Amino acid sequence: MPESPHDPVIALRHAVVLLGRFPALAGADLTVNRGEVVLISGPNGAGKTTLLRLCAGLSRLDDGTAHILGHDVMTDRRAVRRDVGYLGHASGLYDDLTVADNVVFWAQAAGASKTDATAAMHRLQLDGRLSDVPVALLSAGQRRRTGLAILLAQRPRLWLLDEPHAALDMAARDTLDQIIRQAAAGGAAVMIASHDHERTGALAHRALTLAGGHFVNADRVVANG
Amino acid sequence: MGSSLLSESLLVFRKDLQIERRSRVAMAQVAPFAFLVLIIFAFSLDGDLATLKRLTSGLYWIAVLFSALLIIQRAFTLESQDGVRDALRLSGLHPNAIFLGKTAAIFLQIVIVEILLGLGVVVFYSAELTGWGLLLATAAVAPVGIAAAGTLYGVLTAGLRVKETLLPILLLPALAPLLIAATRTSGSALGDVAVDGWSWFNFLAIFALLYVGLGLIAFTPLLEES
Repeated sequence: MPESPHDPVIALRHAVVLLGRFPALAGADLTVNRGEVVLISGPNGAGKTTLLRLCAGLSRLDDGTAHILGHDVMTDRRAVRRDVGYLGHASGLYDDLTVADNVVFWAQAAGASKTDATAAMHRLQLDGRLSDVPVALLSAGQRRRTGLAILLAQRPRLWLLDEPHAALDMAARDTLDQIIRQAAAGGAAVMIASHDHERTGALAHRALTLAGGHFVNADRVVANG
Repeated sequence: MGSSLLSESLLVFRKDLQIERRSRVAMAQVAPFAFLVLIIFAFSLDGDLATLKRLTSGLYWIAVLFSALLIIQRAFTLESQDGVRDALRLSGLHPNAIFLGKTAAIFLQIVIVEILLGLGVVVFYSAELTGWGLLLATAAVAPVGIAAAGTLYGVLTAGLRVKETLLPILLLPALAPLLIAATRTSGSALGDVAVDGWSWFNFLAIFALLYVGLGLIAFTPLLEES
């Protein structure tokens, strides 16, 4: 079915994801619309990363329904991934390639241009000498910035960010906040899993809490800077 | 779709070669390893040149196969590091483009090893290269089969913890028919064995086509599920 502009970006109904026999998501219901920034919080093991991976089309849906950007996750996970940007705990970068090699490769793989990649590196202050440094030699924060530059170049319609502020310095955190606000203002949906409520709470339109694989609070509107 | 598949395959091919250019693993480690295998074979046969000349084809292809195994291992270790596998699945690249791009990059590296080992058997085994048409055809087609099968088994084992040991166990038996055919073909070209070399070459070509076809069918589900 073709996607309508009024369709939610994320529509989960009683979504269940099993890791082995353990229900990492145990009947989650969630709707996220265009332009929304949603903060997902919860204790370790609550299912935050599994939720993000499901929405990225990386995890298999075992029960319930999940539609992401109009695509059914149960039947067409590959279609889901085309317009999704996922920043997880791992960097997803080739250690032997330089920062510029990585950003250009992943940007072009997603159909973006070299110009988009260059602009994204500039925005994350990865141009100049740093662009020619192999990723293996980067600090954790620099790797994070490289991952964010790739997302920025790819211009996804759904941003899925797992602890995005981790390892970033203050300047990079501010830049990330600006990028998230601009993405949402441009109509993208952003879902952030984070323990840093102070920082991400200021960005989010809604905050939800996951525990034991399902949401335990009603939607709570938070301050949105 | 066709041009998109081609351009995406080229993107993956260029990326793999770029990694090799920056890391120099194939040239700095695989090439010396290939020469070592040739030299160890020579030592194990007491440097008996007559025997070495008679066995040149078989020893050459065993050295190619062992070296190719290292190249394939390396190609898939790269895709297993720090979330790269997830990034590949999320990238929007068609899995068949990843298969073709990686197969092409592995093919090119094997061809370079073949050339070096060709020089090696001339120098160390005093081999006299004859039957150039058949030799060159074999050297061009056999690595297609090795690369395609290697890419297929590489992705099959890439997501597993025991991939380093499982890949050779699965791949070497699968490549045994290719080893036999390539040995017969080049043995025929060198005049060491009295067989119809072109019949064995046809077998090689069918093997290569079969694995390219199998890869195009199976790589997508294997990338998804492994």
